[in-house]
Amino acid sequence: MAMLDIQGVTKKFSTTMAVDDFSLTVADGELVCLLGPSGSGKSTLLRMIGGFETPSGGLITIDGDDVTRVPPERRPTGMVFQSHALWTHMNVFNNLAFGLKLRHLPKAEIRQKVEAVLELVGLSGYGSRATTQLSGGQQQRVALARSLVLEPKILLLDEPFASLDQHLRERLREEVRDIQQRLKITTLFVTHGQDEALALADRIVVMRDGHTEQADRPDVVYREPASPFVAGFIGSMNLVDGTIANNVFTHTGFTVPLTAADGQATLAVRPEALHIVPASGVGMAKIHRVTDYGTHAIVDIDLPDGVRLKAMVGEARAWTAGQAINLKPRAFAAYRDNVAIFRSLDNHG
Amino acid sequence: MARALIEKRTDWTGIGFAAVLTIVIIFPLLVVGTWAFTNVWRYPSVIPQEFGLKFWQQTLARADVWSSITTSLSLSVTVTLLSCVICLPAAYAFARMEFPARNLLFFSFLAGHAFPKFGLLVAIAGIFLQLNLIATFWGVVLIQLVGTLLFMIWIPVAAFQSVDRRMEEAARDVGAKPFRVFWSITLPQAGPTIAAAVLLSFVGTFYETEGAWLIGAPQIRTLPVLMISFINNQPVIQYGAVLSVILWVPSFAALLFARRIISSGSFARGFGG
Ligand SMILES: Nc1ncnc2c1ncn2[C@@H]1O[C@H](COP(=O)(O)OP(=O)(O)O)[C@@H](O)[C@H]1O
Ligand SMILES: [Mg+2]
Repeated sequence: MAMLDIQGVTKKFSTTMAVDDFSLTVADGELVCLLGPSGSGKSTLLRMIGGFETPSGGLITIDGDDVTRVPPERRPTGMVFQSHALWTHMNVFNNLAFGLKLRHLPKAEIRQKVEAVLELVGLSGYGSRATTQLSGGQQQRVALARSLVLEPKILLLDEPFASLDQHLRERLREEVRDIQQRLKITTLFVTHGQDEALALADRIVVMRDGHTEQADRPDVVYREPASPFVAGFIGSMNLVDGTIANNVFTHTGFTVPLTAADGQATLAVRPEALHIVPASGVGMAKIHRVTDYGTHAIVDIDLPDGVRLKAMVGEARAWTAGQAINLKPRAFAAYRDNVAIFRSLDNHG
Repeated sequence: MARALIEKRTDWTGIGFAAVLTIVIIFPLLVVGTWAFTNVWRYPSVIPQEFGLKFWQQTLARADVWSSITTSLSLSVTVTLLSCVICLPAAYAFARMEFPARNLLFFSFLAGHAFPKFGLLVAIAGIFLQLNLIATFWGVVLIQLVGTLLFMIWIPVAAFQSVDRRMEEAARDVGAKPFRVFWSITLPQAGPTIAAAVLLSFVGTFYETEGAWLIGAPQIRTLPVLMISFINNQPVIQYGAVLSVILWVPSFAALLFARRIISSGSFARGFGG
């Protein structure tokens, strides 16, 4: 349906640089997640695409049309706000019909479109309800429907489910994914939850301080984080600072062979890739605690200087607190100056 | 613990409050109300010798009473409408826009109420005299309009500020231009609170006497002004009493209307509750 192109967009609020020279191209029908910690500029970027903020610099085009300075009412975008922002003085039907009425559609067509979109979001027959009579999840569904009913070229969602409980959030994001696939609508989804991004996205854009840290498919972002920041932000990750000398990474007794130039480095290894073996003698580290989750167990490990690591194991019973162990990372990466300088081959496995 | 306190101590503050209220409000109202339906009431009797509607008939038969009712109603309606037209957009601007001297202007509306009103009115009357506005309908409209500015700006500003900006943005998003957003979203959201301000403005204007008398006399006579002159000039108390009972009508109407707004729960919502 539509392609969105963002070129070198910048937004400065008096002293803060909210979005800093940001570029991104979203393909037709693609669902891109903007992922980043609070304050990384996700909302500001989305609001610039929706027309609610004017960029300080840069260019935004939709299907080749420059919309950088077009007001929101004339943009082919639809926005779903975190706070649903439903109009509480109108019932559900009127919330959905408002935009259609502004387009002077015939009454019968409005009714038919509203009913269709209510069915799409699973709220058939809710038209006459007051918005305040709906649950949080239903309100967000109506907010989504309010955007969808106008068939926008670009759908923008700003942490739409952040205020809902975990269970509902998971269900709604699956519904959003289904609807998005069905309508093949180009979508930008802002979230600060990495699980949400991993579950939803065709592509994840990890943002930090207003710029892109990494933009890749979810599996690539997960397996090959471009920087320690991404590594730490996506999934659970052990990050250990140390030095590389003669192709060996060392952090107080914890050594890992790799191939990289000498110097400072940060080693990144996921808990599921940190293999542990019982040590005879003192070993590299000591087990602090074992937590059994049924399907797997997490072993908290203390390095001699107190740095804490996590390893995932299949059986809790094989390990006890206080036990001396050796660490054998099977898949890992090393970073220096915010770029990867080494990735173990296992990473791709 | 709170219950124990209530049981033990007599609530003197509450009793005092109730007593004062009874003496200064309810008792006079009762007396005036009784007078209005009294034909004969001579000292030292505690209750009137003869009840009746004699003075209602006499009062309502007077042409000046009817013309003052018409004057009062048309003045209040005109002032309230004009006040809405002027103040609501201004209040919206105060609530949503930044402009130079915004705060100074905002607090300047207080100034009119911070000084002795009568002195101010005399000064304005002097100006109006030169503008040939004295003793004209529009002269009174103007002076009463100034009196409504404070709460017709301050209350709606609070109401507009409490409207969720995201709701307005969502309306822009589905295609509404700024004025349509104001009309279809902001105004209804702020509606109950603004209705309260409009009500205050109407009732306040209806009862306003100082400006109406100073600027309007002798041609423009509102109901309250007429009532005062009756009380001052008539040896018969009943004329004034009947008029003052008539003057209760807008108050009761306002109270009923306010009750409807409050009980619908939208009042609290309007205040951002
Ligand atoms: N209207 C504004 N005025 C001033 N600063 C703002 C405004 N909106 C956002 N910011 C600042 O811009 C930065 C990015 O904010 P935001 O886009 O909301 O981040 P995120 O959505 O990723 O949490 C933050 O430092 C925030 O304080
Ligand atoms: Mg945000």
